Amino acid sequence: MTTHPSPAVIARYADREADLDEVTMWSVEVHLESCPPCRALMAGVATDDTRARLDRIAARVGQGIAAGPAPVRRPRPAAVLHRWAVWRLAPWLGMTAAVLGCAVLLAVTAPAMPSLVMLLAPVAPLPGVAVAWSRRHDPAWELIAATPAAGLTVLLRRTAAVLVVIVPVLALASSGTGVSVALTLLPCLAFTSATIALGAFVGVRHAAIGLGAAWAVAVVVPAVYTFQLPAMLQPGSARGWALLTVVLAGFAASRAGAFRRLSGLN
Amino acid sequence: MRTVSMAETVATTHPWAVHAEGLRVRAGRHLAVDELDLALGTGVHGLLGPNGAGKTTLMRALATVIKPAGGRLTLLGHEVHGRADLRAVRRGLGYLPQQFGFYPRFTVREFVEYMAWLKEMPKTEVPGAVQRAIDRVGLTAKADARMKTLSGGMVRRAGIAQAIVNDPRILLLDEPTVGLDPEQRLDFRELIRDLGVDSSVLVSTHLVEDVVASCTDVVMINEGRLVYQGTPGDLVTRGGHGDAGDSPAERGYSALLRRHRTEAGR
Repeated sequence: MTTHPSPAVIARYADREADLDEVTMWSVEVHLESCPPCRALMAGVATDDTRARLDRIAARVGQGIAAGPAPVRRPRPAAVLHRWAVWRLAPWLGMTAAVLGCAVLLAVTAPAMPSLVMLLAPVAPLPGVAVAWSRRHDPAWELIAATPAAGLTVLLRRTAAVLVVIVPVLALASSGTGVSVALTLLPCLAFTSATIALGAFVGVRHAAIGLGAAWAVAVVVPAVYTFQLPAMLQPGSARGWALLTVVLAGFAASRAGAFRRLSGLN
Repeated sequence: MRTVSMAETVATTHPWAVHAEGLRVRAGRHLAVDELDLALGTGVHGLLGPNGAGKTTLMRALATVIKPAGGRLTLLGHEVHGRADLRAVRRGLGYLPQQFGFYPRFTVREFVEYMAWLKEMPKTEVPGAVQRAIDRVGLTAKADARMKTLSGGMVRRAGIAQAIVNDPRILLLDEPTVGLDPEQRLDFRELIRDLGVDSSVLVSTHLVEDVVASCTDVVMINEGRLVYQGTPGDLVTRGGHGDAGDSPAERGYSALLRRHRTEAGR
């Protein structure tokens, strides 16, 4: 299929007077449609008559374009904004940013408290991730669920959109209140991967709710009550969080098949 | 007019575009499709049946949105089961759900473009294919209107446009004529006759007249089982004078349904 017609055959094809059987003509024509080098070759051997004709046609087409309606001009940035279903995520992300802002305020006014920014960082992306792949929060879910991109691809794209907003906010909040940036961002990423990994079994929404509740009960409440950061958020545990993130992300990637259909769990 | 790609002219190695054997599908706890055998080739197939017959559940299973509970389902030669990779099948699918949500801020063009992107169409082909799909459903003048400003019939046509944008080999339309005025219904009949020339179109509807006018084949189901499969001409001959209905086709429909109910009751 990839054998190019010989230059002699192309020259005969280009010349109206030359004798070329119909079958060869067809095969050359089909080949030319998909082969730019051969088209260039063909242009090189075109007769003056053909060139003149092509020039006339080009001029006519140019006139037609100039006389016709102008092409639709579309504002690209707005289209990109729409593409990510931003309008669905924006309220959740706004709420998360507001909560983190309150945590920063508390850290400034009550420095004796354990850093709420650190305590809330792991659960900060969860609301956004929960709505990213859920039939309750995506009006077009039934359309999307039947497309080839549906599944982990869509979920990861939307999770990335959530993280693009949450990670800078967290970085700002942690550096502003003088706590470790690594120990804020790594638990955030670890919980994001954990939600997706667990989501393969129970649905992303349930996973986000479960993990968020578990973290609140097991870590946030005792820390606020005892005024002490738990061991897992003390300096030196960053390596453990990084390892956990990588392991969970790898596990989530191996369970891609579980997201192909938008099941009742989501 | 468009160029026919190599993939489209390649000989198929599967006898039926849609082939179900003993298919069982649950809608919640209820077994909505029960031991259904169905084979659909190229052409327009009208899916008839009373309310609650399992039409929508069958459509969803064929669209790979929900997982069959049992039996075998083969689409375009690929077997569709719980662990199957559905990407290849979904690229050849077009699906219009009975009720579909959309992002109200999208324009019609953005909506169809977004769906084309999710259907993993080559980037260079998207703008042309989107314009062609919008033209075919007669929404050219409204292409840049926001979805929320459209009437019900126009939203329906935008839904049909997103279903046909990837030139699907299997096109599933669930109640596509709801909300269309009589003139638009005639245009729609012509459109699906056109589409049915080289793909397998399954149209679910309550309007027997639509089926007789535009379909090459009638599929009737009741309580999740296949009642009848044949040509519209044959359906017309099934009815007698004693059967309910205002046209020969409606009489044929009610005769077949009554016979199936008495057989099932025994």
